[in-house]
Amino acid sequence: MTRWAMVADLRRCVGCQTCTAACRHANATPPGVQWRRVLDVEMGEYPDVKRAFVPVGCQHCDDPPCLDVCPTTATKKRADGIVTIDYDLCIGCAYCAVACPYQARYKTMRPTFAYGRAMENETKRRDDARLAVATKCTFCVERIDAGVAQGLTPGVDPEATPACVNSCITQTLAFGDLDDAQSNVSQLLRENRHFRMHEELGTGPGFYYLWDAADDGQATD
Amino acid sequence: MQRSPRSSKTREKHPARAEDPYGPDPWQQKSWDARAAANFIFGGMGSGLIVFAVLSGAAGAPLPVLLLAGLALVGFGLFSVALEIGRPLRALNVFRNPRTSWMAREAWTALALVPATLAAAAGVPGCDGLALVLAFVFVYCQARMLLAAKGIPAWREPLLLPLLIMTGMAEGGGMLLIANWQASVGGALVVLFAACVLARGLLWIAYRRRANAALAPRAAAALDRAGRVLLLAGTLLPALLVAAGALSGVGSVPLLQALAGVAAAAAGAYFKYTLVIHAGFNQGFALPRFPVRGARG
Repeated sequence: MTRWAMVADLRRCVGCQTCTAACRHANATPPGVQWRRVLDVEMGEYPDVKRAFVPVGCQHCDDPPCLDVCPTTATKKRADGIVTIDYDLCIGCAYCAVACPYQARYKTMRPTFAYGRAMENETKRRDDARLAVATKCTFCVERIDAGVAQGLTPGVDPEATPACVNSCITQTLAFGDLDDAQSNVSQLLRENRHFRMHEELGTGPGFYYLWDAADDGQATD
Repeated sequence: MQRSPRSSKTREKHPARAEDPYGPDPWQQKSWDARAAANFIFGGMGSGLIVFAVLSGAAGAPLPVLLLAGLALVGFGLFSVALEIGRPLRALNVFRNPRTSWMAREAWTALALVPATLAAAAGVPGCDGLALVLAFVFVYCQARMLLAAKGIPAWREPLLLPLLIMTGMAEGGGMLLIANWQASVGGALVVLFAACVLARGLLWIAYRRRANAALAPRAAAALDRAGRVLLLAGTLLPALLVAAGALSGVGSVPLLQALAGVAAAAAGAYFKYTLVIHAGFNQGFALPRFPVRGARG
């Protein structure tokens, strides 16, 4: 089996937002819609203040709350763990948006453009099927499927890898198959301590955050 | 050992990002507005009215009128929420996933509730009981809808389920008393109404305690405001009015009961509106571990 997952090394991220820009370029999302977002988190009180940049987006959960609540079956989960939305089935009820603990879903009611009126590229890539329905990160599923069909390895070959991962200037983001013990993500998780966001909710996110090296080369959390 | 981080209140956001709420601090959901809240308000009220109308039989206000009024309230709630969906022309897709979705189950229940209630109003034997069961199932589905919204701590607390059901029943009982403002309702129904009102008050207290740890401060403050209304205007006042009516034994009894109904129904509606619109905070983003950079030790 295959279980696609993403790993973000919080020690590496510098908050450059290149992944956000790459995602918006690859997926032509409108202003305000960021399927890959990088949080700028400041913690503590002066003088003991720390700062971290945290990439977030759809966590492609093992047990996605958005999947269960969707009344139309527009939200689906593939065997490889990727959660998708069928824009032709979605009625835009936004139930999935309130069910998602990761604020990963967006609903845009009308076309919006960066400079008020549509630029040439925005006109060219306009997709009205994505209006008034739920949208979110797809792990660039089309790239993955096309790449796998050509015998490429997602997470290794750029042509088969999500745009955000390809664009990351610090190699914060990694993508790969969790079920493959030799994959890059499996190796990273073995060698580093990690957590998943809101894990107590039992959603089983497919997005891991590395925060420290494992003491003995084997991560325990 | 990493400390559990907390957000700084001292940092000012860049003006360009001032409207961007994304961060560790929870923020109010914007996906569902008053139109969605109206579905929970009128759906619960209408369902409760159908339940109480069937239980009342033909006593007081005519049963068909009460049943149709209850159905109208449910229909108005569904109409309101239909105005909120992005693609109303494919609204029928809402029926596609009753296997896991409480919204789809609510839709199917409503589909069955309409003919059952109409048949009951027309006097078809046996349909009044069916309408009662379906009305109860409808309000149960609505409560489960909120419970399944894992992104909102105030909604996913399990005690919200009995609280919302009891709110619907109290509102429905209140509507029945309002409809009978000129003629006193039977003692058993008034006792049932009072029991629902008191149970709702107790469930609110239990829910508030259980939900406390997970609530954002602003969500807790909004809920507490609504809770005070629920306890004073929605529990204490109706109970006193009903008790006063029972003790007075004069012609003002129906009016006192109707006032109790108004208080119970209005407080319930305000609570549900607050729950959806002002207490619907998410939990923000958590960072249970802070990245360890450089040398450790």
